[in-house]
Order: sequence, then structure tokens, then C-alpha cells
Amino acid sequence: MREAGKGAGAEPREDDVPDLATLSGAGLVSGLRKGDAVTVQSRTTPAVSFTLNGAPIEVAVEAGVSLLDLLRERLDLTGTKKGCNQGACGVCTVLVDGRRVLGCLTLVAQLDAREVTTIEGVGTPEQPHDLQRAFIGADGFQCGYCTSGQICSALGMLRELADGVPSAVAEHVAAQPGSSELEMRERMSGNLCRCGAYNGIVDAIAAYADAAGGHR
Amino acid sequence: MTIAPERTTTTAPPTEVPAGAPGPAIGRAVDRVDGLAKATGTARFSAEYPIPGLTHAVLVHAPIARGRITALDTTVAEAHPGVVLVLTHHNAPRLTPPPARMNPMDLSTMAAGSTIPFLNTDEVHVDGQPVAAVVAETLEAAQYAASLVRVEYLEVTPTGDFDAELGNSTPVRSMPVMPPTGGKRGDARAAYGRSPVQVDLAFSTPQHNHNALEPHATTAEWDGDRLTVYEGCQNIDWTQKYLAKRFGISAGDVHVVAKFVGGAFGGKSKVWAATLIACMAAKVAQRPVRLALTREGVYRTVGGRTPTRQRVAIGASASGHMEALIHEVTSRKGRVGGEADQVVACSLDLYDAATILAEQRIVELDLMPNTAMRAPGEAQGSFAVESAVDELAVVLGLDPVDLRLRNQPGERSPVHGTRYSHRRLAQTLERGRDLFGWADRPAPGTRDGKDLVGWGVAAAIHPSWEFIANVQLTVDATGGVTLACAFHEMGMGTATVVGQMVADCLDVPLERVTAVYGDSDLPMGPGAGGSGQTASLAASIERACRAMRKRLDSLSDRVGMPDGSDPGEVLSRAGEGSLTVEVGADSGPRATWGQVRFLSKMVLDSRRWMKAATGAHFCEVRVDADTGELRVTRWTSVFDVGRVVNPKTTHSQLRGGIVMGLGLAMGEETLIDTRSARIMNPSLAEYHVPVHADVPHLDIHTLDDPDPQMPLGILGAGEVGIVGVGAAVANAVRHATGRRVTDLPLTLDRIVG
Repeated sequence: MREAGKGAGAEPREDDVPDLATLSGAGLVSGLRKGDAVTVQSRTTPAVSFTLNGAPIEVAVEAGVSLLDLLRERLDLTGTKKGCNQGACGVCTVLVDGRRVLGCLTLVAQLDAREVTTIEGVGTPEQPHDLQRAFIGADGFQCGYCTSGQICSALGMLRELADGVPSAVAEHVAAQPGSSELEMRERMSGNLCRCGAYNGIVDAIAAYADAAGGHR
Repeated sequence: MTIAPERTTTTAPPTEVPAGAPGPAIGRAVDRVDGLAKATGTARFSAEYPIPGLTHAVLVHAPIARGRITALDTTVAEAHPGVVLVLTHHNAPRLTPPPARMNPMDLSTMAAGSTIPFLNTDEVHVDGQPVAAVVAETLEAAQYAASLVRVEYLEVTPTGDFDAELGNSTPVRSMPVMPPTGGKRGDARAAYGRSPVQVDLAFSTPQHNHNALEPHATTAEWDGDRLTVYEGCQNIDWTQKYLAKRFGISAGDVHVVAKFVGGAFGGKSKVWAATLIACMAAKVAQRPVRLALTREGVYRTVGGRTPTRQRVAIGASASGHMEALIHEVTSRKGRVGGEADQVVACSLDLYDAATILAEQRIVELDLMPNTAMRAPGEAQGSFAVESAVDELAVVLGLDPVDLRLRNQPGERSPVHGTRYSHRRLAQTLERGRDLFGWADRPAPGTRDGKDLVGWGVAAAIHPSWEFIANVQLTVDATGGVTLACAFHEMGMGTATVVGQMVADCLDVPLERVTAVYGDSDLPMGPGAGGSGQTASLAASIERACRAMRKRLDSLSDRVGMPDGSDPGEVLSRAGEGSLTVEVGADSGPRATWGQVRFLSKMVLDSRRWMKAATGAHFCEVRVDADTGELRVTRWTSVFDVGRVVNPKTTHSQLRGGIVMGLGLAMGEETLIDTRSARIMNPSLAEYHVPVHADVPHLDIHTLDDPDPQMPLGILGAGEVGIVGVGAAVANAVRHATGRRVTDLPLTLDRIVG
């Protein structure tokens, strides 16, 4: 057993291996005898290379690390939020190759050669994206916790509209979808906002899409 | 700051402008001062501060609701690579026990979420009670190791069935100063019996959970006996005092940082288990600890809104005058804490019934203690009373707006006899009726294609509160003005509107004003609750600005400048770097004096005035005639929230209340397994909060009529929005389908029947 406070490194090391007595005494591994050679390995993925907000990055983390936890806990990119960690709230929405995905349901191991864009890559306080400005103007948030996800989701949603991806409210699956408020509300429904800023969010997306000469 | 486009602003211009206060900034729809930080993801919430040497903690929750730990084996978990320690009741520091009950004179008691001495006991009181916390170098290691902690329990059958316990309820007594949980005018039971027209309905509302999208998170760090907690909370002062008391240190040695809070809605007013455990773990580990609850962890360790069982009986004359209004309610609390919501409160002030009887009872269950959630009591109670009033209109064959207008009180509150500071409920009904086009209300049961279409209306009322707000106002020689106060910005727009208030009260341009907030090192702020934060701040800002102006004027006299000169120029001319004015004190005799003065004003005020925000909701629903699927398709609300400091943020708050009300109406329900007293749907996949597709455009209007008895005329806008929403939807469903659904939520099985 390790002593409290020992070691500040983030990654488990070989010398963190518990002693045999602990292992067998706890019944963790049966049939071990005193003197048996034991090494405990933490399973890690091979290094994964991808593009993050326009810059190449290579990371090697345990296989179970999600994109969301990588961003928040290891890269200090905390603009991407965690709301449920099970794909139900949408606050961790980021863009992978321009499509919206949930950071909590994406493993780092899946990102090889992909292009990841988080809210930090959409715009900055010095140079905000027009959609970010539109959110401020239309008051498309209150507490701000779902906002990064709403903005990334909206960018992905507008691309889906342009690509003709149908939704549940589409008149016909083969028809080019319009961009009515109904369409936007349906397509944004994976992004919860508990403060109830839904009207402002739809207004912001519509204002941005209008100004961008997009799909309205 | 930039001026917002006018399109989101539908407020009429103020009809009267009292002398002294409002200027060019108050009333303007300015953008949020923290908008850019939020829209670019640079706003840091409490789990997002980069701390060197940080460790992560994950809780182990008891899977039983009542019993005792008989065996606890942490060796495997401790052996997992990266684990720093496993904290249990064996090795956790002993804390001062939690207070047995709340005492408003001792603010350290107000934050107790329950009476459970977490990790200082082997006894389990509620399902999901934390019994261990694993601290590790990485989040992943802590998560996995938490699954390796082995716990055995002696399990006692819990009492978890609310309906089965109704017979064991006890009466709730109204407490002075606290919101009313009962009231009486005349002999309502006798009057009801004599009434020619009678409506008598039973209602039920389920438990709700706040589900702020930011799960509760604490980052705790000790420096000797000094504790710093980054804690997204809505009452910094209570949190600071409570942690100090529990850990046996002075309040000054607890530093609470809550700059951004990812929603709260009442769920972050108290100190819950995880906060204490994070602080304990950091003390034992001698390392900073971050404990971010899982979504399930929030459901299991943070209280929700009490379910209710209600009866509303109204007796009326044939012309629609209410002779008797009876509202009987039973709610529940935990065996280890919680209290009654003021469920009957709105029935005491909505209508001028000749006789009124409002009573509440309560039962205790082995469940997580309930806590305040947006309009605690009014949200559930208004569903019942406003549904019953609608049913009375149907029985009488009267228009439901006319019926409500016919029964409005005069100048005084019917039960308490206190005078309304100003009452505009009738005006909100009349204005809403016009704006919605109520005259064109379709016939009941009108069909449009596959849908049945119905229109509903309901009224809203929510009392106005004021709390202590200590502020520090500083003017510097460059003309910059800084307001410092440990208030809370959880999305209400407080950080923005305080700037507007300072600008006008001090007569300086808005762009010069900065607010610093969300930190216990600043003067003690009001809690973000009871819709009272902005009004509380307004009172102190007015005082601070008056005092500052006086000092500036005496300075300007000294240097030969006219009164009312630009503060920066006065200071420059006088050779002063800065000037600071303080209102209130955090400690010492001045603090005690402030507390006494505050409480006596509150008591005197409550005897003299009834102050409340009011409103009226109008909506259209469509119900699929075959499946019962319910859609809200049109919505208009008119509110009297007193003066509107910023229409943009105020309208957002009111909309937010309505959206949460749509959740209450249509989908939200925390399901309890009555045998195990365990929440069955602790996730956002199974607890249905409203999504984009559920929310139509919400047309919001405010009267913008300052209340003469509130600071700057502000009544508060945080909670009145949710009041009455459940009834407005249910009444529209009644109009569309002929069915009176009396149980929330209005799911399609209940609508189809």
C-alpha cells in the first residue's frame, strides 16, 4: 500500500506496484506464492496523433481515458464541460472532423489522425467567432455551463443542414431540409440548457446563419 | 459594454420614474458582462482551477437506505496504482457534529443539508450516502479504485413510501419571518358546505431534482489550518461559516471561491456531503483534492423538491364569487433533515375568497432530505390551486380570466391583513389576455387535423425578499468605479445589473463600473435565493452611492469644483488616489448590529407589507387525439417584477422559470422505489428536463412598474416565472381534451386516460 501523499506524478509507474502480500492477502490474485516474480502493468494505448484546434498533438494515455477527461484534466482545456458523462446532456459536444460528437463518449484512442475542434478553437475572447458574438447578443445562455456545447453543436448542426441530413421533423428524408425554428429546435435537442435559454440560443443561431448567408 | 439589439426587448417604457434613482443605465438591455467569458469557454467553474499537485476524489455510495456498515475492506482499492488514500469512517477526521436544526440567528446552521455526520459514522441514513472516498493521482484511477472498495451492511427496511405514510403525517406550524405554511380567514369548511357551486379536487406532484448542468464540484486545499474551497455555491457566507464550524476553525480561515456557478436553482444553497468529504480528504492527503460529483452522485447526495399530495376545494356563488377556498397539503422531509416547502402560500394571496383555510402536514421518510428548488412550494401549490380555479370556471361557465379578475383582493392581503405594497396581478391578466388574443379562444375540444387544440391561463405570485448585503464601493482617480461584494452570479445577470445600478446611483457612465464578486474575501453578500439578491444589493448600492456622492461633493467643495462633478476629476484635482465607502460589516459589533437591524426590519416589514412579484401565463397546447402526445405551441406571459434593471437578463430569467415549469408540467419526475427508498432514475436520460424541441418562443412582457416599498422598486424575477406554469398547461389540456389531469407530470398515459 502506498503512503498518503507519495508521488505527485500523473501516470502510475512500475515502482507503484503493490507488494505481493497485499495482492494475495486481498485475494486479488490467487495462487501466488512468496518469491513469485510479479509485475503489474497499467494498460496504455500506443501514442495517438491528431490535430487539436489546428495544432498537431500526440498523447499516450490509458485506454479508458475519454476525450472529455483528456481535455479537462490533462490539457487544461476546460471550456468543454462535463454534465452527465453518459451522453445524455450534450454539454461536452466538440467537433471531430467538423461533425459534432460527445467528448464523454469518445475515447482518446479513437482520435488517430482526426481533427478535433473545441470551443477554444472556435474563437477566443480576443477574436470571438461570429456565432459566439451572436450568443452574447441574443442572451443565448445564463450560467454559461452548456454554452460551449451549444455553440459547437450549432456549428455541426448547420453543416448537417447544408449536407441535407434529414431530421425527425423533415417532411421527407430525401428532401433538402429547411432551417425553420422547428428544424433547429429538433436538431439542437441533444443539448440541454437547464437555465432555459433555449429561445436565445435559437435566436443566436438564426442570426448567425442569416448573417453568414447560410441556410435560412 | 454594448447596447443590445432591440429585438429581444418587449418591455414597455417605464410609466413613472421616481426621483433620484434611475438614469441612463437602469432599464437598458445591455449584454452580460461575463458573456464573452462564457461564450468562449474561458469562464472557469469550480472544478476547473489548475492547482499544482491536484488529486481526484471519487465517492463510494451506500446501496441501502438504512442500516449499518458491518465490514469495510479498502485494501484492494488502496493497492490500485495511483491511489493516494481511501477515506472512510475509520480514518476520516472527526468533525464538529452538524447542527440539529436551522437557526436564523446563527448563519452557520443554515447550510446544513442534513444531520448525517458523513464519514464520522458507520450508520447509513439514506440511499447513496457516501461511505468512502478514493483519492488518486488521476480521475480514472480514483474511479476504478472506488469500484474496488468492499462494503457489507446490516440492512434495515427503510420507510420510503410517501403515500403509505400519509396517515402518519404531523402538522406544520408557520414560523415567524419564514414563508407561511398555513393561514385562516373565517370558517371555510362551513362556508364551503353552504356554497351553491363546489369544486373539490385532489392533486399530486412528484419529487423533482434541480439538475443544474454543472454537477456539484469542490476543489479543496489546506494551508496549515487555512482552507480554500472552490465551490460553485449560491451562498458563500453560509458555506464559509458552516465549514468553519464543522472543521473547528475560524470563519476567516475558510476562503470560498465561487466566481462562476453552472446553475443551482436552490440545489447549491446548502453544504452537501461531497463538499465536506473533499475538505476532509484534502486534510488527510495533505494534497489539494478535487471532488466532482457524477450526475448520479448529485441525485444521491443532494436533496430535491418535495413531492406533494394536495386537496383544493373552492365554494362559490353562482356569479363566481369565491365563498370558500380550502388548500390542504402534505409534503415530505427526510428523517435526517429537510423542511416543509410553503406549498399553500400562494393560496393566501391569489384570491379574495370570503373564507380561506390553508393547512400543511408533513411526513418523514428514509430519503435524502428535501431542499429548496426554484419557488419551493409555490411551484407545486400553484399547480393545484390554479387548476381548481380553472375547473371552477368550467363548472360556472365563466371565462377563466374573468373569474380570476372577479376575485382579486383589494388593498390588503385577505388572510394576514397586511397592505399590498402595490398589486398589479389584475393588470398582468388583462394585458396578457390582449397580447395573447384570448378573445379568439377556440371552442373546447377544437380539432385541427390530428390535434386537439386548447388554450389555458394561470396566475402567478411570489413573495419578495431582502437580505443583508455588505458592499464596498471604490472610486479611483482615473474615474474607475469598483463594487466589491461576495454575491453570486449563477446566470441571473447579477454581475451585469449591479453595474447598471451603480452607474445610475453614482451618476457615472456604465462603462466605468466593474463588479468583483463570488469570493468570501469580499464583503459578505446576500445569498442567491428567494429571488432577493438583486433587491438586496440595490439597497446597499443606493446607500453606498449616496455616501460616496456626499464625500465626493465635500472633496469638490474643497477644490472648488461644483457638486456632482465627475468623480475621477474630483479625485485627481484633490490629489487623492482613490476613495472607498463601505456599507455593513462582516464581523464585530457592527456585524451584530447589522444582523439585528436586518431582522427587525424584516419582522416589521412582514407585519406591515405584502410584497410580491405577480404574473399571468397564457398558452396554447396541441394534444395528439390518438396518442395523447402533448406539445406546447404558443406562450405569452406578463409579469410585474417591479422595476426591470436589465430587460435582457430579466426576460431570460423569467423564460428560464417558465422552461423549468414546462418540465414540471410535462416530464420531470424523480421516481422512488418505495421498497428500497432508492431513486430509480438518477440520470438525465431518465429524468426528462425540457429540451429545445419542447420550448416554443416564449413571449415575455413586464409592466416595469417600480414597487414603492422595495429597493429601487425591484421585486425579483428568479422564481415567479415557474409559478402557475403547471396549471396553465394542465388547463389548456383540459380545454383541448375535456380531461382534468390532476397528477404531474402530464404524460400521455394520463392525458389519454
